[in-house]
Order: sequence, then structure tokens, then C-alpha cells
Amino acid sequence: MYMPLMRPDPTFYPSPGMAMQAPPERLAYVALLNVGKNGKRDAIGVIDLDPSSSEYGRLVGQVDFPRGDNELHHFGWNACSACLCPQAPHPHMERRYLIVPGIGSSRIYILDTKPNPKQPKIVKVIEPEEFIRKTGYTSPHTIHCGQDGVYGSALGSASGDGPGGIFLMDANTFELKGQWEQDRGPQQLAYDFWWHLGHDTMVTSEWGTPNMVKNGVNPELLLGGKYGHKLHIWDLDKRRHLQEIDLGAEQQMVLELRPSHDPNKTYGFVGVVISLKDLSSSIWMWYREDGKNGKWGVRKVIDIPAEPADPEKLPPLLQGFKAVPPLVSDINLSLDDRFLYVSCWGTGEFIQYDVSDPANPNKTGSVHLGGIVRRAAHPTKPRQALNGGPQMVELSRDGKRVYFTNSLYSPWDDQFYPDGVKSWMVKLDADLKGGMRLDEKFFVEFDGLRAHQLRLEGGDASSDSYCYSEAQ
Amino acid sequence: MTHAEVGSTALWLMLLLGAYHGINPGMGWLFAVALGMQEGKGSAVARALVPIAFGHALAIGSVVLAAAFLGMALPREAIRYPVAALLFGLGIYSLVRHHHPRWVRMQVGFRDLTVWSFLMASAHGAGLMLLPVLLDSSTVEAADQMAGHHHASAAASPLAALLATGVHTTAYLAVTGIVAWAVYGKFGLAILRKAWLNLNLVWAAALVVTGLVTLVM
Repeated sequence: MYMPLMRPDPTFYPSPGMAMQAPPERLAYVALLNVGKNGKRDAIGVIDLDPSSSEYGRLVGQVDFPRGDNELHHFGWNACSACLCPQAPHPHMERRYLIVPGIGSSRIYILDTKPNPKQPKIVKVIEPEEFIRKTGYTSPHTIHCGQDGVYGSALGSASGDGPGGIFLMDANTFELKGQWEQDRGPQQLAYDFWWHLGHDTMVTSEWGTPNMVKNGVNPELLLGGKYGHKLHIWDLDKRRHLQEIDLGAEQQMVLELRPSHDPNKTYGFVGVVISLKDLSSSIWMWYREDGKNGKWGVRKVIDIPAEPADPEKLPPLLQGFKAVPPLVSDINLSLDDRFLYVSCWGTGEFIQYDVSDPANPNKTGSVHLGGIVRRAAHPTKPRQALNGGPQMVELSRDGKRVYFTNSLYSPWDDQFYPDGVKSWMVKLDADLKGGMRLDEKFFVEFDGLRAHQLRLEGGDASSDSYCYSEAQ
Repeated sequence: MTHAEVGSTALWLMLLLGAYHGINPGMGWLFAVALGMQEGKGSAVARALVPIAFGHALAIGSVVLAAAFLGMALPREAIRYPVAALLFGLGIYSLVRHHHPRWVRMQVGFRDLTVWSFLMASAHGAGLMLLPVLLDSSTVEAADQMAGHHHASAAASPLAALLATGVHTTAYLAVTGIVAWAVYGKFGLAILRKAWLNLNLVWAAALVVTGLVTLVM
């Protein structure tokens, strides 16, 4: 399947600053989950993002999967700007294939977007038996393209318990190459991963094993502080665990990792879903402590409090607390490491922070949509109460357009929105000086399927890694 | 005077091949530029070039020296055919699959960079590519006759092999250094997006061609 180009793939950029000059994206690929026994199957949907198109803001293509039990999550590209890294460059590969893992099925689909970008084709399926045999893991979750191949995280072992971890895949043949870890140290729980390529460092986070999450939030495990509350620092080259950073057992579910895009910088942000103390959510910054041989540390930089609420309006799980938790489920960082976007899936708030000074974020924008209690409407349909809330967020490379969807994870959707999440996708225009507002012409509603993660044509703010730093 | 020397044509070919290896981004200058950008200093680019050139010289030198020593013990045909087969095979393989050593480390010292450069040059058959020149019968025989030797060696002598390595590496270092300096100091990395032609295909073709030349010469 190796089809070399004569010049580098035009979507590859040496540095994040150069990637910000990229042309605007015209298409988005969105994971669409089938829920319940409605006869529908999982799919990847294609949304038209070109404002000059007559189909702007509409679903213009859809690849139905053979099955409906996949619980598709964070898919990624076979190749990206990391192909330009200097150690073993392969710039003539193509950003062409989407690698789509299902945490429900442990199946991985490979989609080819080249022949018809609006109607990708499934070209390979890795069945769960093969995934488990070759990696020892189940529930593949997040995909990132790396310098030397495709990396993925998985939530659990073959039994559905720990340890979860990282697996490798050949970027040309899509053959699974097995577990990544040489020495996992004390790490058991897994969720997200990403890296600081300039510092040979991988960071991983913790949610729960498949057995801990597949039947919804388990209140016993949650109140016992059993869900993930740690970060793990690894030597990316030697594949060894270096350091465990505990945020404290009351900080439950340490999820999305957004390291600085500049490969020279040594900090990043991670979102914590819920604090057992007061139901708040928080954003933490990890950072290298002193010089390049120092240990890594972490500190809380953003606190988002729970909002008091009438128990009548709360789902059974939350009634006793008389409050709605923010439930920060996803975050995203602009390519200039300047703006951090935060989805509060519980309260239905979407927040923009200026993180130019990463230790002291400054709130610069906020939009409400959906929410457990608020049910805020979109300006296009001001009388239609929305459920679900801001969730998977993606940002254009130039930092000017923000997109998000509202479904989290089907067993959890039903606990927090028992009336059944009706799915939508929206777009915001971001002001590069701070601030953002909803695009009134862009409101996509999905019939019967739930939209989860999305990827933008040509790359976005969480699809690529860079080896060259322009900041001097 | 050793019993087999390399002629001036061979030296020119060594220079050309050195320049050719030097211009390849995957062979050294790009890593030097990245390290310069990491430290934000042009001196870091220059510092990286030393171990990179050293590693390249080791990769080239070990192959041509091995061939020189084999040439003292074996008939030329016994070396020529395996070398042709290796060159041809490696060329075809890199046409079908672009394969390179796995290396993700960015924080590198002198030793790491030497090893990296040695690995990259070796894996791409940089040393092998020089062998046809050093096995060329006319070069070797001419030198042999001038030296008055009646026992012709199959390849250039070890000393000549070292000379060839030196000439090659000098040309390699000069070109790598100039390109690294130009990209780091003048053009910037954006030039990569346009000017980075797929040398892998050209490189693979060069391996195949040198393999064929070795076979028929």
C-alpha cells in the first residue's frame, strides 16, 4: 500500500507556526455511533465545511460500518507532520487513511479518503481476535501518528481489567506490531497519550479499565476514588516508565492530554472530569521542573465549580448532590499554544482560555449549548431545547474555527441525559485576540446516530506533531 | 606505493557520490538543522555536523575496507557478484518498501549522532554504492601495472580505500554543511515543503544502476 509522492504531502508542516498558515479545511470526518437497537450501524460521517458551498454545514457523505457495536472513539490519520521529523524522515507518505478504533468492539477500521474524500472506503478491518492476539490489549481508544508509525492507546488487557497501554501499528501496511511498553512500572490504567517530541517524552493519562466503564459510571468505584487520578511520564525512545504523578484520589478521571505543540516547550494541559470534594472539574498543567534533567510536576491551573441545581431537574445519579457538575470531557489547544478550549459536558458551557502564560490562564470566552439543567438552544433554532453538551472539540490549524459535538460515551450519555442524547455538531468563529461566537449558519443534527470525535481535512489542532521549533 | 591505487576518475566519482549523499536530507543536514532550532543557535548546527560526518565516514570506511581486505584474498569475481546482488537487491527493496532504521530520539550527544549517522548511511547502502568504483578492473589494473606488480589484486588496497573514504567524506561534509547552513540561516524550513524531492526513488534507482554496472563491468 506504500504509494510514494514525488514532493512532500502538502498537509505536512515542519513547525506548528507554519501549519497555522495552512488553507482552511473543507471537510470534517465525524464518528457516528449507533445506540440501542434501532437497526442503524456505526458510521463515519462527512460534513461540508466550505462556507461557499451550497451544502455548507450538512452531512454530505457517510460510510456505514458492517456492525453497530463499536463505540467509535478517537480516530486518527496514518501520517502527519511527524513524517518530517529529521531522524528518519519519510515526507513522501500521504495523509490519506483514517484509523478508526472501537472501544466497544476492540475492532479497528482503516478508511481510505483519497479516491473520494466525501465518501471514504473501508479498506481493512482488524477484528477483535487479531487485535487481542497481537497486542494483548482490548478497547483501543486514541490514535496518533508518530515519527516511526501509528501509535494507539487501549483501555485494558484481554480480560477487560488492567493494564491498558500503548500499541504500535505499521503506518504503511496497518499491521499491528504489538505492545509498545518495555517497562510499564506501576502503570495500570490508561486513556489518552501524547508526547513532547523534542524531549523524547510520552505522557499518558488514566480513565478506567473496560470493566470499570462499560456499564456506566459506577458510583461505588467513583466515590471510592478508584477511577484514574494519575499521569505517567515515559521515555518515548526507550519505552520505559519514568515517573508517576498523582493528582490525588479525589481527582477522578484524568483524561485528555494536550502538550504544547512547540516541540521545545515542556508543559501541557490535562482535564479532570470530577472532584469528589465538590463535583468541580479542573484543568492541570504538567511541566518539567528544572532544566532538561529535571522531574516533571503538575499543578491545578483552572477550577470550574459545579452549579447548584433543582434536584427535580437532575438525573437520578446526581439528585442527591443538588448540583450539576461541569464534567469537563475534552480540551483542545491552538497550534500557537495560546488558546485552550474546554468542554463542560454537564453544565453545557464551552470556554476559551488564553494560556499564553500557561500557569495563569485567563478566561476570554464562553458559550452555552445544551447542558443537564440549562438545555441551552442554538441561535438557529432558538426554541429547541438541546441536550447533551459541548464534548469532543476540534480546532482548525489556523485557530480561527472551532467545531464540537455533544455525545460522550453511550452508557454514560444515558446516565446523565436519560431522555436520550439527540446529537448535533456546531461551529464557532474564534477571535485570535480572544473571544468566540457561534456560527448561525452551522448547526448539524444527526438522525438516530450520535456524533463523537471529529477530524478535519488536512489535519487539525490535535492530529499532528512537530519536530521543529521556531520559537527562539 | 601500494600495489593497487585508485585513479583520478575514481576520486572524482568519490567526490560526486559524497556530494550526492550530503544533499540527502535523511543523511544528516536536516537533523543538524533541527538540533540548531532546538537550541536556537547556529553553533549547534555546526556542532552536530562533526559526529554526523564521523558516523558517515565509519559507515563508508568499514564497507570499502572490508572489500579491500577481501580483494587481497579472493578473486575479483567472488566479490563482484555478491556486491552486485546486494546493490541490486537493496535497490529493489527500497523501491517497493521505504524502510529505515527506527530512531525517535531527539536529545542526542556526540555518540548518539555518530551511531545515528552510521546506521542511516549503512541502511541506505551508502558504502556499498562506492564499491563498483573500487572494484573497477581498469582502475585497479592500471595502478597495478604502474606499481610494477605482477599479482593483480581484486580491489583497491586498504590504503587506497581509506583515501577514497576521506575524499568521499570531505565532499559529503562540505555539501551537508552548506545545505544545513543555507536552510538554517537563510531559507528556513518552509523550503522543505516545496524542494524536498523524493530522493528515495532516485537513491533506489542509483543502487539498482550501480548493481548492474558492477555485474557487467
